[in-house]
Amino acid sequence: MSENRNIILSVRNLEVKFKVRDRVLTAIRNISMDFEEGKVVAIVGESGSGKSVFTKTFTGMLEINGEVSQGEIWFEGQDLAKITNPAEWEKIRGKKIATVFQDPMTSLNPVKTIGDQISEVIIKHQGKSKGEAKQMAIDLMAKVGIHNPELRFDEYPFMYSGGMRQRIVIAIALACRPKILICDEPTTALDVTIQAQIIRLIKDLAQEYGFTTIYITHDLGVVANVADTVAVMYAGQIIEYGSVDEIFYDSRHPYTWGLMSSLPQLGEKGEELFAIRGTPPSLFEEIKGDAFAPRNNYAMKIDYEEEPPFFKVSDTHYAKTWLLDPRAPHVEPPAAVQELHARMLALTAKGGTYGERE
Amino acid sequence: MSVNETMNEKEELLSVEHLEVTFNNSRKHRFRAVKDANFKIYKGETFALVGESGSGKTTIARAIIRLNDTSAGDIIFKGKKINGKLSAEDKKWVQRNIQMIFQDPAASLNERATIDYCVSEGLYNFNLFKDEADREAKVDRALNEVGLLPEHKSRYPHEFSGGQRQRVGIARAMIMEPEFIIADEPISALDVSIRAQVLNLMNKFKEERGLTYMFIAHDLSVVRYFADRIAVIHNGRIVEVAPSDVLFKYPLHPYTHSLLQAVPMPDPQIEKAKELVIYDESKRDLSGPKPLLQEIRPGHFVFMNDRERAEYEKVLEHLEQQ
Repeated sequence: MSENRNIILSVRNLEVKFKVRDRVLTAIRNISMDFEEGKVVAIVGESGSGKSVFTKTFTGMLEINGEVSQGEIWFEGQDLAKITNPAEWEKIRGKKIATVFQDPMTSLNPVKTIGDQISEVIIKHQGKSKGEAKQMAIDLMAKVGIHNPELRFDEYPFMYSGGMRQRIVIAIALACRPKILICDEPTTALDVTIQAQIIRLIKDLAQEYGFTTIYITHDLGVVANVADTVAVMYAGQIIEYGSVDEIFYDSRHPYTWGLMSSLPQLGEKGEELFAIRGTPPSLFEEIKGDAFAPRNNYAMKIDYEEEPPFFKVSDTHYAKTWLLDPRAPHVEPPAAVQELHARMLALTAKGGTYGERE
Repeated sequence: MSVNETMNEKEELLSVEHLEVTFNNSRKHRFRAVKDANFKIYKGETFALVGESGSGKTTIARAIIRLNDTSAGDIIFKGKKINGKLSAEDKKWVQRNIQMIFQDPAASLNERATIDYCVSEGLYNFNLFKDEADREAKVDRALNEVGLLPEHKSRYPHEFSGGQRQRVGIARAMIMEPEFIIADEPISALDVSIRAQVLNLMNKFKEERGLTYMFIAHDLSVVRYFADRIAVIHNGRIVEVAPSDVLFKYPLHPYTHSLLQAVPMPDPQIEKAKELVIYDESKRDLSGPKPLLQEIRPGHFVFMNDRERAEYEKVLEHLEQQ
């Protein structure tokens, strides 16, 4: 969508289908998107919107009943959508594009020491000797904020807390110096205070190692913290795309408005919280028109008939809604969206801190 | 009306006094999950208990509904002690009047039972219906109130979305016509767009029936909107209790402060300028006499000793001037 910048990964007309028993579910419905090198892109959406499936196609990690049925994924001159050979995927997955998953309890092997799990990756992908790998692993552990890494090298995952385990998962992901780090809800299973530390860690490491970060989350607070660019997903499509400021202070899609105004942070006491009515559509059936139309308070007749194209708001900001068509009536976003910054400032003391100390 | 006046007018519904819950993992190893907890919940309010995982918030809730034994202290509900040994009749009274809404509606509903049974289970257990027609009418009404349809009765929990299942969880609590509901992270497992629906529903019941909630959460941002008063719990110890706007404006205990600071705000300008405050108890000055939960301003309690009190007074003065 943006041109002339350093595009590290480019997705064209991607479609992903799953066979579920005898039925076909279209999880990704024609997504095109460019990822800029060195930037943090946040993909926001509810569960089932396809955000994890979308990024899993970059590493060939779709479940066995799923396939890329259409489209291209260009990375370093290669179309990843064409790869069928598992050996070929191993040159990409983990090595050039690594993933940090949500639950650090299940992504580590419980019967292997932490040290072994990190060194294993270094030995496999970088061909180092065991001794060298151990030293590199210890350095990495220190990098991700593990104290006394030499002592903790021989410990097992159960001896680590949730936050520490997630640090180890990040260390493993970084062991091969990937070009792209996909963080799939990396902090959802963690406590808020730990979450803040992990977010900071990923940011610092991105600066140091210069990797591109793709952040998947449903937490708009986290997005505000980490993202340069934000893509909002709904029912297998990206429906709005823009810089973090554009999405938070000048969003155009009614679904983005709905997400923002239903945030409890923006709720006024004693007033009803804005709620998007209904539930997302079933992706087993073909969707006619705008997938969000049945839940959209601003839906027009055309929303039920024809799928909207992307309308350009600025060079970096696009939204897929008929409301941006010149023929559409002018609609003001809801008050909570317009006043977002003012409301958040009113909530906090100076500069967004609570109960600021001297 | 000042905080103090409203508090005095209100009727105490639940009072927890010097509560302690201890788990005996083995004869030698005892773990005190809740240490000297004191708080009161007034009729008609939403009281939030906020803390991280392992802080003891769910343990307190389970102690109130008698799922965990207490090792010291009293839990008084409507003037009656409800922890420790109780007669069968009193136990039933507690079970009926205090209902719980759980975090994960997928796990808390019997997957082999129809929605009809899930919702009427309490009615069966307490014989709360005259005849079959009466029971059906009650179930229909409960489902209708949470926005579900009578035809949903014959379906099974797995046929519903997360938000709908949580509505069933609420219907099944509401049908008992309780006075007090403990909601243990009722929206944590739900999607952002569904959360607002469930919160609105819970607020509707509160207004219509004068219900009292104890709302357990780890997310302070939800609590600010939903709760009247908030208690912050850390390592089994309640460190601060205050009306929710007061807690957000004048957080005094360093743990409360770091917890508030850690909640990500949906605003890039604020979020990107924010400083990370890490709470490390070992780095705190813990000198002086043993701290206690004491009132520093009417309705605002902090776990502190006299030395800390002097410090907090200074912080408060500074904040109140702004």
